[in-house]
Amino acid sequence: MIELQNISKLYNTKNGEITAVNDVSLTIHQGEIFGIIGYSGAGKSTMIRLLNGLEKPSSGKVLVNGQEISSISGGKLRAARRKISMIFQHFNLLWSRTVEENIAFPLEIAGVKKEERAKKVKELIDLVGLTGREKSYPSQLSGGQKQRVGIARALANNPEVLLCDEATSALDPETTDQILDLLLDINKRLGLTIVLITHEMHVIRKICHRVAVMEAGSVVEQGEVLRVFQNPQAPITKKFVMQVSGSKESKDSIEQILKAYPTGTIVKLSFVGNKSEQPIIAQLIKEFNVDVNIVHGNISQTANGPYGTLIVQIDGDKQNIENALRHLDSLEIQAEVIELD
Amino acid sequence: MINQLFPNVKWDKMWDATYETIYMTGISTIATFVLGLAIGILLFLTSPHQLWANKLSNFIIGAFVNVFRSIPFIILIILLIPFTKFLLGTIRGTNAALPALIIGAAPFYARMVLIALREIDKGVIEAAKSMGAKTSTIIWKVLIPESMPALLSGITVTAVALVGYTAMAGTIGAGGLGNLAFIDGFQRSRDDVTLMATIIILVIVFIIQFIGDFITSKIDKR
Repeated sequence: MIELQNISKLYNTKNGEITAVNDVSLTIHQGEIFGIIGYSGAGKSTMIRLLNGLEKPSSGKVLVNGQEISSISGGKLRAARRKISMIFQHFNLLWSRTVEENIAFPLEIAGVKKEERAKKVKELIDLVGLTGREKSYPSQLSGGQKQRVGIARALANNPEVLLCDEATSALDPETTDQILDLLLDINKRLGLTIVLITHEMHVIRKICHRVAVMEAGSVVEQGEVLRVFQNPQAPITKKFVMQVSGSKESKDSIEQILKAYPTGTIVKLSFVGNKSEQPIIAQLIKEFNVDVNIVHGNISQTANGPYGTLIVQIDGDKQNIENALRHLDSLEIQAEVIELD
Repeated sequence: MINQLFPNVKWDKMWDATYETIYMTGISTIATFVLGLAIGILLFLTSPHQLWANKLSNFIIGAFVNVFRSIPFIILIILLIPFTKFLLGTIRGTNAALPALIIGAAPFYARMVLIALREIDKGVIEAAKSMGAKTSTIIWKVLIPESMPALLSGITVTAVALVGYTAMAGTIGAGGLGNLAFIDGFQRSRDDVTLMATIIILVIVFIIQFIGDFITSKIDKR
């Protein structure tokens, strides 16, 4: 569906050449939600703008839906852009237009007739849940509502790809979740390919199927979201995963429980998928005659299934503890003994 | 009562002059709006990082604007005498004042247009581009509507300035309240005529400002 082949993008600035994107190759499949995560300045804004030709690569090819976006221009590029729509961090609505006029704007650009426009706008307003606000101006809407207008506007010309440029970064956590649910719903209902960039791992975890991690213009890691969560490789990925798995908090609680229970072993268990639903703790206590103290627990829902970590203190007879650990290994659960440094 | 306070004011002459001032201000304001908008948009689109970014064109248009904006209006009228004569065949009367009024005010307004356009959120223009909008669509459906309040308050200021310009044009024979105040009032030492002409000019300015402010606040939905 989308293919980036050896993309590089250089900018000439007063302080010399800056490499925004450095030899990136990516493939994004039809119908998937693909996330690109990185801190600001990592090159993700440039990346997403390469996909609709707002930026041209210095070298490499960008293919979207079989069309080489990086080489077309003029009317061809404008026609292609109608099928690759975009939503923005700051919504970028026209303040001089009402909600329905904003949504009608891309239809006007595409030359759709007035009656048809009205029909389509009504449909879209229902789809994004803004019924009753048709005549409002953007200044009368909340951030979440503005982004809904942005999404409706982006869907007006039945696009094949939706690009989300930090679409939830200006929203509060609850509104972020609502907008993400809406995107997920659209992805399922319309089979739309979604590419999003973000600096929040929460967004990736909640809706993305696959993720690419960017640092200093390069993709340092990519793959299935669940796999990246369970087994992050690059240091920056580990940092991002920490954002949502709350490992920092648990360090404090481990210190506390170590003080309270200076004996025993601290073990971190990571579960993926259905294994997170097995009664492992009960098994340990019953079968191995050990005490199990829960220090910290956390289950995250990702688009590909649940992912959880549990930190426990196992105490009891030394032999029993060893047996228990061996049993955990046999369960295909990642068990890692943690010692405080 | 009023006739006692203003013994020398001939009211039919005063109303004629008022009409001439309103006529000159009205026509030149409309023409300045169109011409200034066009120049301002060109100036904006050719500036760096914009749709038609072009250093040379931008420099030439900018230089043109600056030159005409810097020439004192009274001198501009004199400089434009041959042009006016060529265009209209005469240098007297209200119509003869129009070329100088428009050429004097349009570059001034073009700068205000540029400032108004720069205030538009860049993201909105980018959004229109990402939807596949043509440059003409961006001009008509994004740039102009999104900067309309600033464009209108700018034209209000310009119209007020134009009222002043018409008075100056009056001194060299364009008619209007400025002409009346100068010829009938100042040169014949009839202070009451000068005062009355001034009062009417003030009223015109207040009305322009009121209408401008009213419309601006009506269309501003931010």
